[in-house]
Amino acid sequence: MPDLASIGSFLGDPLSDPLVRRAAIEVALIGITGGALGCWIVHYGLPYAAESVAHCMLPGLVLASLASAPLILGGAGGLLAGVAAIGLASRAPGIGRDTAVAVAVTTLFGLGALLALSAETPPNLQGILFGDVLAVSSGDLALAAALVAVTIAGLVLLHPRLLAVGFDAHGARAIGVGAGAVEAALLVLLAAAVLVAVQGLGNLLAVASLVGPAAVARMLALRMAPMMALAAALAIASGLVGLYASYHLELAAGASIAGATVLICVSALAASPLLAGARKRPNPLPTIAAS
Amino acid sequence: MSGAETLVQSTGLVAGYGGAPALEDLTFEARAGERVAILGPNGGGKTSLFRVLAGELAPADGDVMVQGRCGWVPQTERSRLDFPVSALDVALMGSLATLPWWRPPGRAERRRAREALGEVAMAELADATFGTLSGGQRQRVLIARALVQEAGVLLLDEPFSGLDSRASDRLLALIDELAVVGRTILVATHDLDQARAWDLVLCLNRRQVAFGHPSETLTREVLEATYGGAIVEIPGEGGGLGVLPPHHHDHDHTHDA
Repeated sequence: MPDLASIGSFLGDPLSDPLVRRAAIEVALIGITGGALGCWIVHYGLPYAAESVAHCMLPGLVLASLASAPLILGGAGGLLAGVAAIGLASRAPGIGRDTAVAVAVTTLFGLGALLALSAETPPNLQGILFGDVLAVSSGDLALAAALVAVTIAGLVLLHPRLLAVGFDAHGARAIGVGAGAVEAALLVLLAAAVLVAVQGLGNLLAVASLVGPAAVARMLALRMAPMMALAAALAIASGLVGLYASYHLELAAGASIAGATVLICVSALAASPLLAGARKRPNPLPTIAAS
Repeated sequence: MSGAETLVQSTGLVAGYGGAPALEDLTFEARAGERVAILGPNGGGKTSLFRVLAGELAPADGDVMVQGRCGWVPQTERSRLDFPVSALDVALMGSLATLPWWRPPGRAERRRAREALGEVAMAELADATFGTLSGGQRQRVLIARALVQEAGVLLLDEPFSGLDSRASDRLLALIDELAVVGRTILVATHDLDQARAWDLVLCLNRRQVAFGHPSETLTREVLEATYGGAIVEIPGEGGGLGVLPPHHHDHDHTHDA
């Protein structure tokens, strides 16, 4: 039976290290955007887009790392290249959007791998791929906080329109809300959220923070706002659990956070029939049941 | 109703999606307070017409005029029943039509949304999740959304499909009430009896087959041209003509109560 002092040191020791303190803040920032935005990503059927956006960034991230520039800037450049490549590929006749996205994303990811494995390998290739939340600087944090503020402000502003379009795109058009504009705005916010997440979780794990907590919150909450709050709380909790696991068990931080996310989400899903039964929720997940 | 204002007018309208027109030669008008049945087979152009009137699809040719706003009352497909919104949230969406893009709906809009739910007899279920409501209740919530939108013209897309007779009667009464206070109501339907009871009927089969008062318009020839020959004589008391149930081949109708 651990006493209070050892619990205190279990929780407190890591935070005496400024690296871990910054990592904890980064994880909280990732959780806020990942959870809140992730609910819309899940309801709009965009997890694949989120995954693609993250992978598109690889060449930009590698170049930024080689040039010792902030990763977020490299990621932003990579995103622009990704959007342009997807736009170009979808112009090709008879390809279709999903295929175009797949072509553009694998091309860019391959290009990133080529750059990364050529003569000059960036010093933190592992961090780019799998995240290095312990390496974030105060400047990185400030940039991430700014992106989080923009994303949350955007979500608040767009909330009624996101609801209207997600609920019924035809009806929304008749109300004067263009589905195209709202979805484009959502993709811009998604890009911002992925930029924040890539810094801590890496190119390959960033999407975990967007999809996992939101998928669970969707099962448990009946309205959008509480769903977003719950997803953010789950994402932050997963991040902190992962961070502690990484500190005490000496595991890679990004992978621990992604692993904790999956673990917390699976346990919540396993418990959800009990919760749903207790609340007599009539439509647990009709879309999944139907597909 | 001859003195009432014309709220919808179409002159030589052609609409489509790039290839052959989905709809041609549409010339009709409807005034405030008129209930217009829109008859036609699936794929006959009813939804295309609604999309043009709602401003979602630009006419390829001809003119269309809608006075004021157009409220779209879609079929309540299964696909969005898991969307985490209450009846009140849905009614409130109508207020976005009158608000600038940066302003969220406030207290006044909420009050109006609750009022509109009252007008469609859904006030008690305002906080229920939309997906848990019955088909008839969902229709009425979507009508409330159009009322909040201050729509003078309502487009109802097969609102009776899947409703039991009690829910249908209730919806019919609501349509009458909304028309009496001066709205124009266009209803895509397969039900000839309903069409006969209303003010006007527009028959579509990729073009305008006929338009006018039901008593003069709904002849055997018109119905055969509209439905492509799938007309049957109904024997027995009253007699009359019936339309064979259309084959549901090109889009899904849900038949839930």
